[in-house]
Amino acid sequence: MSSLSSTNAVVGVLALQGDVREHLAALAEADVLARPVRRPEELEDIDGLVIPGGESTTMSKLAVAFDMLGPLRARIRAGLPAYGSCAGMIMLADKILDGRDDQETIGGIDMTVRRNAFGRQNESFEAAVEIAGVGGGPVEGVFIRAPWVESVGAGVEVLSRLADETIVAVRQGNLLATSFHPELTGDHRVHRFFAEIVRAARAEIGSR
Amino acid sequence: MSHTPPNTTAPATGETSTTGTARVKRGMAEQLKGGVIMDVVTPEQAKIAEDAGAVAVMALERVPADIRKDGGVASMSDPDMIEGIIDAVSIPVMAKSRIGHFVEAQVLQALGVDYIDESEVLTPADEVNHSDKWAFTTPFVCGATNLGEALRRITEGAAMIRSKGEAGTGNVVEAVRHLRQIRGEINRLRCMAEDELYVAAKNLQAPYELVKEVATLGKLPVVLFSAGGVATPADAALMMQLGAEGVFVGSGIFKSGDPAQRAAAIVKATTFHDDPKVIADVSRGLGEAMVGINCDDLPENERYANRGW
Repeated sequence: MSSLSSTNAVVGVLALQGDVREHLAALAEADVLARPVRRPEELEDIDGLVIPGGESTTMSKLAVAFDMLGPLRARIRAGLPAYGSCAGMIMLADKILDGRDDQETIGGIDMTVRRNAFGRQNESFEAAVEIAGVGGGPVEGVFIRAPWVESVGAGVEVLSRLADETIVAVRQGNLLATSFHPELTGDHRVHRFFAEIVRAARAEIGSR
Repeated sequence: MSHTPPNTTAPATGETSTTGTARVKRGMAEQLKGGVIMDVVTPEQAKIAEDAGAVAVMALERVPADIRKDGGVASMSDPDMIEGIIDAVSIPVMAKSRIGHFVEAQVLQALGVDYIDESEVLTPADEVNHSDKWAFTTPFVCGATNLGEALRRITEGAAMIRSKGEAGTGNVVEAVRHLRQIRGEINRLRCMAEDELYVAAKNLQAPYELVKEVATLGKLPVVLFSAGGVATPADAALMMQLGAEGVFVGSGIFKSGDPAQRAAAIVKATTFHDDPKVIADVSRGLGEAMVGINCDDLPENERYANRGW
């Protein structure tokens, strides 16, 4: 892969719809090369992928319409590190509840995610969230018509729960997902955490 | 800007969590970026919009083209009709209140709509004041024809700005004018010396702090969408290339020959706005666009863009 020869890891942000710019800015702060990706061939030379917040039904439709779903699934099955926030969490879920009947996800994390689980926009909220593996105290969690994780399989590590035990951040191997939007806060610790996953995966590929 | 009244409660999480913050309101609009918000008047239309990939729908009784035709006073839609649309789709639902009609806005908040459009398309209820949007948990989008107007709406608490365009005409010329105006004024602020920003604030009739913020950011502190007159996929792509972060489509979809196909085409053209091949592909065989109105032929008192102050 061409990116192995460069010094910096390249992380794509799926740019079909959503808050792409905020993720690009946060990734740049986490010292990786960030670029938007919308076409299958653009997935070829990335070391990691962020699936942004947005409207998951729209993202899913566009991924199908522009032949991205198959390549995305193939890359993630082959071990591409990926991080999804909010709609991105839905896209990385193997199973979803309260989605559209025909709503496709990329999948990869053995979890069931409930869409719009916290309610409509009037119920959108901010709360402090502790994340296992992210030091320096809780991050500001911005939950916007957010999903939550209803259940996880044995291989999934729960990184964060709200006080009532609701699961809002998980990791399975190189895949990371949060119900909330760290990209809206100016605090880049979650993106740095993901950048470390990307760099570690890249080093492993490089040493093979 | 953070003078939102904080609604701090101890909800389901059991921890302190806060609803209705500026970040949650503006953040909601950030999630709509790169997307298309479609006017719908029935649950069936709302489903067609969702099927086509809309990021949200605007629930209203009559699309602007019909409001124009019918005349009379246009007010908030029937709550039954709004609730019918909320129940029909899983994507966010917006609805319109009249300018300055804060009671209509209170009703829309109580109905649980996700965004309120304080809209010039409805008949204004107050010729001086807009609603105080900080007083609401539900976020607001407002129209603007220029930067000063946009900044006054943000000062009042708007969490999203859209061009006004000339709704219901199927003619994009006014939306282009408004977007170019707003972007041009932002670009001029960026080049100004510090001391010139004070006078700029005076001329824009907007608070200095906000003017300074825009000059530093090089953009509005909230999301900027295009609205008014988009009728074709190329129209939507034009607005995106001119710097809109997303597109409202009003009468343009359901006043056309094949709404489902046109809606899907506009969604695709918005995402791939910089790829003429995609725009060409989605523009094939769309059937009739809505019959447009030449904006120069509109009498002054029928121009919605002049409403709002």
